Amino acid sequence: MFGLNAKDTRLLWIVIGLTMLAPFLLNPFPEGSELAQFNAGYPDLMQRFVIFGIFAIGFNILFGLTGYLSFGHAAFLGVGSYAAIWMMKLLTMNVIPAIIMSIVFAGLFSLIVGWISLRRSGIYFSILTLAFAQMSYALAYSVLTPITGGETGLQAKISDPRILDSNAGEFGRANLFGLHMNSSYELTIGRWEFTVNTGYYLAACVMLISFYMAIRIFRSPFGMMLRAIKSNQQRMNYTGLSTRPYTLAAFVISGMYAGLAGGLMVAMDTQVGPERMFWTASGEVVLMTILGGAGTLIGPVLGAGMIKYMENIISKINDSILHQWFSFLPDGLEDVIVAVVHPFIGKGWSLTLGLTFMAVVIFLPGGLVEGGQRLGRLFGRKSAESDKKTPPAE
Amino acid sequence: MDAIILQILNGLDKGSAYALIALGLTLIFGTLGVVNFAHGALFMLGAFCAVTLSRIISLSYIVLDDTKKDFLGNPTKIEVPYIYDWLGADTGAAIIDWSVPLSILFAIPVMILIGVIMERGLIKHFYKRPHADQILVTFGLAIVLQEVIKYYFGANPIPTPAPEAFSGSFDFGVLVGFDPNSIIYPYWRLVYFAFSMVLIAGVFAFLQFTTFGMVVRAGMADRETVGLLGINIDKRFTVMFGIAAAVAGLAGVMYTPINPPNYHMGMDFLVLSFVVVVVGGMGSLPGAVAAGFLLGVLESLASMGWVIDLIPGINQVIIYLVAIVILLTRPRGLLGRKGVMEE
Amino acid sequence: MSTSNFTRRGVLKSGAVAGAGLALPTIFTARSAAAFTNDPMGSSVTLGFNVPQTGAYADEGMDELRAFELAVEHLNGGGDGGMLNTFSSKALGGNGILGKEVKYVTGDTQTKSDAARAAAQSMIQKDGAVMISGGSSSGVAVAVQALCQEAGIIFMAGLTHANDTTGKDKKANGFRHFFNSYMSGAALAPILTSQYGTDRKAYHLTADYNWGYTTEQAIRESTEALGWETINTVLTPLTQTDFSSYIAPVLNSGADILVLNHYGGNMVNSLTNAVQFGLRAAEANGKKFEIVVPLYSELMARGAGKNISGILGSQNWDWKLENQLGARYSGTNAFVQSFGTKFGFPPSQAAHTCYVQTLLYADAVTRAGSFNPCAVVEALEGFEFDGLGNGPTLYRAEDHQCFKDVLVVRGKENPENEFDLVEIVEVTPVAQVTYAPDHPQFAGGNLGACNPGA
Repeated sequence: MFGLNAKDTRLLWIVIGLTMLAPFLLNPFPEGSELAQFNAGYPDLMQRFVIFGIFAIGFNILFGLTGYLSFGHAAFLGVGSYAAIWMMKLLTMNVIPAIIMSIVFAGLFSLIVGWISLRRSGIYFSILTLAFAQMSYALAYSVLTPITGGETGLQAKISDPRILDSNAGEFGRANLFGLHMNSSYELTIGRWEFTVNTGYYLAACVMLISFYMAIRIFRSPFGMMLRAIKSNQQRMNYTGLSTRPYTLAAFVISGMYAGLAGGLMVAMDTQVGPERMFWTASGEVVLMTILGGAGTLIGPVLGAGMIKYMENIISKINDSILHQWFSFLPDGLEDVIVAVVHPFIGKGWSLTLGLTFMAVVIFLPGGLVEGGQRLGRLFGRKSAESDKKTPPAE
Repeated sequence: MDAIILQILNGLDKGSAYALIALGLTLIFGTLGVVNFAHGALFMLGAFCAVTLSRIISLSYIVLDDTKKDFLGNPTKIEVPYIYDWLGADTGAAIIDWSVPLSILFAIPVMILIGVIMERGLIKHFYKRPHADQILVTFGLAIVLQEVIKYYFGANPIPTPAPEAFSGSFDFGVLVGFDPNSIIYPYWRLVYFAFSMVLIAGVFAFLQFTTFGMVVRAGMADRETVGLLGINIDKRFTVMFGIAAAVAGLAGVMYTPINPPNYHMGMDFLVLSFVVVVVGGMGSLPGAVAAGFLLGVLESLASMGWVIDLIPGINQVIIYLVAIVILLTRPRGLLGRKGVMEE
Repeated sequence: MSTSNFTRRGVLKSGAVAGAGLALPTIFTARSAAAFTNDPMGSSVTLGFNVPQTGAYADEGMDELRAFELAVEHLNGGGDGGMLNTFSSKALGGNGILGKEVKYVTGDTQTKSDAARAAAQSMIQKDGAVMISGGSSSGVAVAVQALCQEAGIIFMAGLTHANDTTGKDKKANGFRHFFNSYMSGAALAPILTSQYGTDRKAYHLTADYNWGYTTEQAIRESTEALGWETINTVLTPLTQTDFSSYIAPVLNSGADILVLNHYGGNMVNSLTNAVQFGLRAAEANGKKFEIVVPLYSELMARGAGKNISGILGSQNWDWKLENQLGARYSGTNAFVQSFGTKFGFPPSQAAHTCYVQTLLYADAVTRAGSFNPCAVVEALEGFEFDGLGNGPTLYRAEDHQCFKDVLVVRGKENPENEFDLVEIVEVTPVAQVTYAPDHPQFAGGNLGACNPGA
């Protein structure tokens, strides 16, 4: 189906199922229970899951297939975001022009950066992309303040011209032909609450399209060519084939994915700040991809989800919540356990993140996907279900 | 003219920090082929060796002073360092004053130990793994190390002054015939520059003139052949990792009086030191040092008022701009070798 | 087309939906019965405290969190009541807010606007917070304030000093108790000229971003009005750690004053470098060379160590205020007492502003008799109060900025302990730091209408 083989079709269906049911799957704990803290099914975080998923999928097309490690992809995300917010300020709060222009501008910028950086390979390439991204960040923060808003960034304002909008002069909300991105429907089933959010479903649909296109690229002759470049570029060159156009195409495609992610971020939350382009943001997408499993289809999405989950959920657990959890224990023991757990939650969430990175890479060399595969193999014969959930993508 | 000389001096000083960090990073790249994102954290750990030692030296007991009240109306607590009791107040105060230079002695064994533990316990399992895995594991390690430091020392910078004798500055311009006040240079920065020169020379001499160094250099050039000769190169590489950690740590110790250390100073230097290493050329020790000084000087020159007026924002991007120009004109940086980290 | 959003608690109320496990998820027809976002229905109300817990300002964030914890304790009737006893408005009775127990959730801004908004979103959408407070930089404050405006909840800014927060980026749902760059300039300039003379030549080093620009402008304009000359202004990159190349040319430039428009780590490093280069000991134009840091916090003073001694700057509040300058600043001692007893050291100005903001919000809700943001805005606009440590204070209706006395402080020569690093030089009366709402430094903003959300 969809021009995919059976295995890929199954993977696509699973991803479709997971994203469409995410508001329910991510809220497994009843409202008001002790474990509700771990629920991730609120619109903002779900949107971030799929948006960073798109970012990582795009990054993986470059890194996973060609092996070129870009350390500057956040710049394309940033450029896409700025393009999108300007469309919203100048034209309309409808997200369509914003998203289109974010892809266009990120594509153009990545064409320039890629054209220069791809003259070198290996770490020299990485540093060139890093240099471009850091320059974009530094300039956006300072000299380009008239265009980028500097430190305080850009937001939609009442005074924006918005020449295509009939309600210019009022406070506008990001919308898709009148459908507001932040409108939600609440569903209460027993003690469970689920939020079905317009913006999330738009972003999720975009991610599914991106994911489908990524599968097609992975399986196409173009994808084969990219993989050949990864395994031995020299040999490719000796056969008289110029690899540059292929790598450049991959670079621009992944840059456009990043721009799309940036545009969607603005569509969901109409605001841009320059630190979106800082090198740590570029590093984050690298980590997401490796954590999930570079070169696999589903890995980067899993990695993105994992990092964003820890950043948003673990960081919100504080001591008083811990005391609530362990209140069933005798007082002395409760305090001891809280003291032991304390360094890893709240402000210590990055410690937990660092330890997770190390644990995953030490015990699961292929990233989370490898973990899934091992589980799959473990239960493979007994239950086909678990195999389905984390299928090997390659 | 004097302004340019001034900035070149500043640049050399800045460059010596870059060069020291890049030197250690290149040692690890060159010998072990590992992309070590935790190298900035080693620099930071070095700085906190100085903080730790000064805390240990000035370990105090509390005397209650009933004549004064603190803000809650309780008797004021006055801290008296134990060292005052043991060695007398004057000697004690002098030792506390000199805690940063003393930390060098403290930091060398500590940093070598940390380096060896890191290599034996973690890094050695990643020699054969892809660079991507090395990046993930060392980045994770860097986060863990800095979070541990933050847990114990807080996020705020901790003032760690130089000894009183080195705390001022002197008028370098007058010595060479310029107007007074035209070229001012702090004593401690001069110390830092001299210290880094000695350290760099020491590392080069060690590699150049000892048998151990010769084997390591041979290993850097062709690890397999050296192994075939029956030499246990792994053991030597462990030692080299320890030395690289010590170099980064000492750079950190001596840096503390220049800027008060905080837990994320390693991350601040990490990206910069990678740029320096790559501009110098992968695997080239002289390249790393040269690039460190070059970028330091250019960064200083770009911060001059008329340069910024000419090209707004140039001081923000100069390092990256130079990196791009050099990498485009010299494919392997200043002194890089072919085939190192090009895949 | 309805425009419902963020109405988790709101929808809970409407029995029609609450009972409707069977209701079809028609995405855009849900209109909630609640009048505003996150209307607290149960026996408790949730506040969101969004502070930096990682990154360079983590310690400042921890101090803010302590203050919030204390404020919640006092609101719920615990502890010694702190400033509730001195506050001029007596609406709060230690029984929560409107009889509802106050609960709170915390988040990490990482001092990045994206992360701060993500944390705030989670408080609004997941935890049902009706008010968000905290933060320690203007970029974050502006970003979160805009989010709260869109979502329809109240934002009580923490430490944010740039003019923009209540200037070009002001919002109807956002309120700032902290002072701003303009006030720093207006308060400092007269003291600077009286201490250092009127014929001084100043050299500005300015952090190259919005806060730096507004602070430099404020200090420059107010000192030039009193006779100073600005001979140079140089922008320094935010990511700079070693300021030697910017400091070194200062002494030979003909200037005799260096103004460091830097904050946080930038300021600690640039001041340390400036002292290294001997600027404190130098003479220029026949006068003693001086350094000025327009805004510094206690934590920055601690980071700079003894380099801070003798440096003039401005502050919003200091824990010694009431002891030294009398009962006009009542509330100070009450707060210091309860904070000190609980945590063992005196509070910082960041802690003070966060504590006060929480109390002001609770009081406004109580006086309005409703959590509805529009009612709260109305109660806070033009509100005059006293007894919260700053003397008589006005929350101005035009821009939601507090107007109160501003402190000019100096780094102590021989601090007795690490919490006693500054001494109060003078307090500039509020009249001197008040400006017109349409002052050019604050132009271009529009409060808009209050937004109750739903």
